[in-house]
Amino acid sequence: MSEGRLGAGRLGAGRLGAGRLRAGRRIPAALLLPALAAAVLSLAPIAYLLIRAVEGGPAGFAATLLRARTAELAARSLGLAAVVTALCVVVGVSLAWLVVRTDLPGRRAFGALAALPLAVPSYVAAYTWVAAFPGISGFGGSALVLVLCCYPYVYLPAVAALRRLDPAMEEVALSLGRSRMAVVVRQLRPAAAAGGLLVAMYVLAEFGAVSIMRFDVFTTQIYTAYRASFNRTPAAVLGLLLVAVTVAIVLAEARTRGKAAYALRGAPPRRGSAVRLGRGKPAALAWAAAVAAAAVGFPLASIAYWLVEGASRRISASALAETVAATLGVSAAGALLCAALAVPVGIVAARHRSATARFLEQSTYVGHALPGIVLALSFVFFAVRYAYPLYQQWPLLVLAYAVLFLPASVGAVRASVLQSPPVLEEVARSLGRSPMGAIRQVTLPLALPGVAAGTALVFLTAMKELPATLLLRPTGMETLATQLWTQTGSGAYGAAAPYAALLMLLAAIPGFLLGKRDT
Amino acid sequence: MFLRKLVAAALVPLALLAVAACGSEDEPSFSDDALVIYSGRNQNLVGPLLDKLKAATRLDVQVRYGDSAELAAQILEEGDRTRADLFFSQDAGALGALSKHGMLTPLPQNLLERVPDKYRGKDWVGLSGRSRVIVYDPRTVAAPPKSVLELTDPKWRGKVGWAPTNASFQAFVTAMRVLKGEDATRQWLQAMKDNGTQTYPNNIAILNAVDDGKLQLGLINHYYWYEKVAEKGQIPSRLAYLPAGDPGALVNVAGIGQLKTTKHAQAAQRAIDYLLGPEAQQYFAQQTKEYPLVAGVEPDPGLPKLDTLNGPAIDLAKLDSLEETLKMLQDVGLV
Repeated sequence: MSEGRLGAGRLGAGRLGAGRLRAGRRIPAALLLPALAAAVLSLAPIAYLLIRAVEGGPAGFAATLLRARTAELAARSLGLAAVVTALCVVVGVSLAWLVVRTDLPGRRAFGALAALPLAVPSYVAAYTWVAAFPGISGFGGSALVLVLCCYPYVYLPAVAALRRLDPAMEEVALSLGRSRMAVVVRQLRPAAAAGGLLVAMYVLAEFGAVSIMRFDVFTTQIYTAYRASFNRTPAAVLGLLLVAVTVAIVLAEARTRGKAAYALRGAPPRRGSAVRLGRGKPAALAWAAAVAAAAVGFPLASIAYWLVEGASRRISASALAETVAATLGVSAAGALLCAALAVPVGIVAARHRSATARFLEQSTYVGHALPGIVLALSFVFFAVRYAYPLYQQWPLLVLAYAVLFLPASVGAVRASVLQSPPVLEEVARSLGRSPMGAIRQVTLPLALPGVAAGTALVFLTAMKELPATLLLRPTGMETLATQLWTQTGSGAYGAAAPYAALLMLLAAIPGFLLGKRDT
Repeated sequence: MFLRKLVAAALVPLALLAVAACGSEDEPSFSDDALVIYSGRNQNLVGPLLDKLKAATRLDVQVRYGDSAELAAQILEEGDRTRADLFFSQDAGALGALSKHGMLTPLPQNLLERVPDKYRGKDWVGLSGRSRVIVYDPRTVAAPPKSVLELTDPKWRGKVGWAPTNASFQAFVTAMRVLKGEDATRQWLQAMKDNGTQTYPNNIAILNAVDDGKLQLGLINHYYWYEKVAEKGQIPSRLAYLPAGDPGALVNVAGIGQLKTTKHAQAAQRAIDYLLGPEAQQYFAQQTKEYPLVAGVEPDPGLPKLDTLNGPAIDLAKLDSLEETLKMLQDVGLV
């Protein structure tokens, strides 16, 4: 492949082969417009919060922000987010490396299982742990459950990045007396950072699991404001504070990116020889097995226990089939629409360094540490005013999913575009392709594994989405997540079991497809 | 090639949605003719009752289930364009919130008067009652306390569970403020906190902790215990009903209100009429083990009579009072 050679020629050139094009280059309109649409949709919840926060006047702001408990709970949330993010990076990256690059026994099976925890709502996971080990609670319990639920956010993009990693780079490193890991770690940076960012935002927005673990965090106050006083102003003020925190985290992540280059040669690389684990094999196997047991085996065992223990309530097969079809339909449509919005943003983020490019990318992130109920209410607010015919119809729910999970997709697209060398686009241009033609014919196919990983991530997350689904679904429509909520809400864990089991079963499909790719 | 695959992939979910839509043809996603009920009560608990309502009244009813407080917030955001005709709430506070924002319409006297006036407002009516109780573990507790005021005793240190974010717990605190005064209530909350009272997210979690032997006592609503017995059969814990006059003997209500924007006022009132009728009230007594609020329908024989509970007289839906309670809970650092 001539493409491959061209890319490989730049290998040693380091910064010259940078994954981005020169600064100041204009963003093609065909990318700019959809990216702008994605940014506007993502920023809408913040506009909603501003409207609601301002209603309370300056006094409302001060009363909420100056509470001592606000600071205490914010510190708890940040501490939890930091610990869970760090652990997720360790778990996700180590598993990805073991599955993709080593001779770990059973690596395909581990790979197929690794994404399943994403399908388990974190409140369900927390409940299973508390039910089995009543002593678990607080910070430790919350961190345990959230790490087990969230590490796939790092694992999936890390796998995509490792699959695209050229073994030649490791060989070069070895020949220069450096370790393979130096290259691997460096090349995984964008994927791990993007995944880590998602984990941090997920933890900041989390409410269900931490409340079951009896650990009060920042979102506890937001939920209490809605539930106890039905007053939307304090909730909005606290939500804005959460947005401010997210902006700081997103900017910090962007700063750590630096100017490093990640581009690889363009053609799908040959498979590197698997790293022999040698004497480390038992330890590696124990680690992978422990994670799989805790994150997948344990919830499955709990679900099986519910089935046996709970009173049997009849579930009609046709109603169940309808629920499954509806869940798959809206989640998959949401994931695909999300990919369509994320591809332009991700390409712009990877290829351009202008302020506009940064704004477009970062605006898709900033609203995503908000708790689900806040985002759901903002959708209600705008849909009722500007899209009333679509309100509580499935297209709006699909759009909501696409916007809610945009960061997962954008991060994956960006990381994979960064790995494809811009020089290939330039060659395509010199051969007469338009800028968009070059992107479509060269960059996108190379970025496909990352796009697919991001889409799978969104699909899995959308299947278990609850707050927006409850408020926006067509009246009478049920998803697996709403049914699971209904059953667990009345303590009917026996009846909840089939829905939880189906969620995990369906989640295995994208995990399996992603795992199958070129193994 | 890539685009073609993407389009093909996009067709799959759309086909699934079409299948799902056809499957539910008898229940269209939205029609202007149907009576829409936003229900903050769980489908497992009231779904069968609302099916009976459809059969008995022959009304075209669509039900949207959610969390009471979240549905109230949703209706407030929807404003005049809400698609709800009726709001069936788990607690009076959420109805009070809609009432305060002028979202509900006054109900006819002949509906309101069927329940005692402490269980209704002018634009909402209670449908069923639930009593605050102490759940205890008879394996470790020989004699459960006779008053919530005894729970600050050092012998219960770290052994009691409560759910301060829960609406019915907050109504109970409001009742205590009315009965015992602001200072006494604040001191009680502080003393409970200092006594190591364990915070749980909800009633079910407290009940499970008592059954698991993690707690000896818990403050919950009575009917959660009956729900768990229905699911599990035998469970270790038992309920202690508190004597009349104790703030812990408060009876909360689940109720219903009619949105002022409804185009189906007649149908809405027929539905409320049915829910206050003997069939529905008996359903609450027998199926959810709640207290029927309409005279002439007896509660489950296992429950003490409603009038013996004689909880404190407080305005269950008075929001300003709820805000005060919330502020007190925040000051003590419980929420």
